[in-house]
Amino acid sequence: MLHTVNKSSFERNSLQSCLNTIDDTSVILLIEDGVISAAKNNNSSMIADLATQGRVYALKGDVEARGISSKLADNIKLVDYAGFVDLVVEHGTAVSWV
Amino acid sequence: MSTKKFMYLNRRSSFGTVYALESLEVVLIAAAFEQDVSLAFIDDGVYQIVEGQNTDGIGMKNFSKTYHALGDYEINKLYVSAESLEERGLTEEDLMPLVYEDEDDDWEEKPSVKIVSNAELSKIMSEQDVCLSF
Amino acid sequence: MADILGAEVDEEGFLVDLKDWTKEIAEQMAKDDDIELTEEHWDVIDFLREYFEEYQIAPAVRVLTKAIAKRMGKDKGNSKYLYSLFPYGPGKQGCRFAGLPKPTGCI
Repeated sequence: MLHTVNKSSFERNSLQSCLNTIDDTSVILLIEDGVISAAKNNNSSMIADLATQGRVYALKGDVEARGISSKLADNIKLVDYAGFVDLVVEHGTAVSWV
Repeated sequence: MSTKKFMYLNRRSSFGTVYALESLEVVLIAAAFEQDVSLAFIDDGVYQIVEGQNTDGIGMKNFSKTYHALGDYEINKLYVSAESLEERGLTEEDLMPLVYEDEDDDWEEKPSVKIVSNAELSKIMSEQDVCLSF
Repeated sequence: MADILGAEVDEEGFLVDLKDWTKEIAEQMAKDDDIELTEEHWDVIDFLREYFEEYQIAPAVRVLTKAIAKRMGKDKGNSKYLYSLFPYGPGKQGCRFAGLPKPTGCI
């Protein structure tokens, strides 16, 4: 499955809810304010393990818009819109944690 | 017209919701009425003034540039929560170097941004006539 | 929808899409207001466009006046001079000719 999270983990618990229910093969794509969780900060530990497994993606345009390109946490994979589509195709059912 | 002390509390990042842009518009309008305006950036609001924002990839207006005009509007009290910065792995160096020209000091360029603790911010808020949260 | 030389404008005559702007459109807008654009007008229009490019807003009149004074001297950076060029307001009319939106806070 593909889980997209579009809220900041500092403001909402969407990322935590997603993490609470995610299985071993699913991946997470951070978009919009969700990309704040892709930056190195006090909440980085939430997704550190998943990122090490190569299962955390962030949408490039949203990362750049927030000026955090140089502050990404380790092992976050950046994708553009075409990459977003590929993820949807590859991982089947998508869940949006809005 | 009597002058009041207005503080705008900015709590959200720029592009996920419309709050940041709405706040900025209201701030500019209040300044046009020559009020004593100050801004506070707390929680994800600190991302509003992070240096190097580029919106080409999301097709939205890059209004981070507009914060550089605040000095022209005599808005030169921008308080940033130290705790909020730290939680997000950010420092003062990651913020845009926003400045104003001091009329009383031969138009010397001075920084508008001041990093304060939440305790200091609480005191500054208590001195305001109006606090608006966005 | 109304248009000027094919470019769409809103009910107050401001360009809907900034990218449509040309010098000819500015001249046509001025002509419709019975103004012949001179070099002095263009100085202000060019300044407004540069200001918008840099800050993404149309400046309030007070800010515009101060900025013009700094750039071109006090004899031009005063509201009497600017209103003599743009009788309907250097902010409102000037920004319209420059293809910018109405200044924030301008009623």
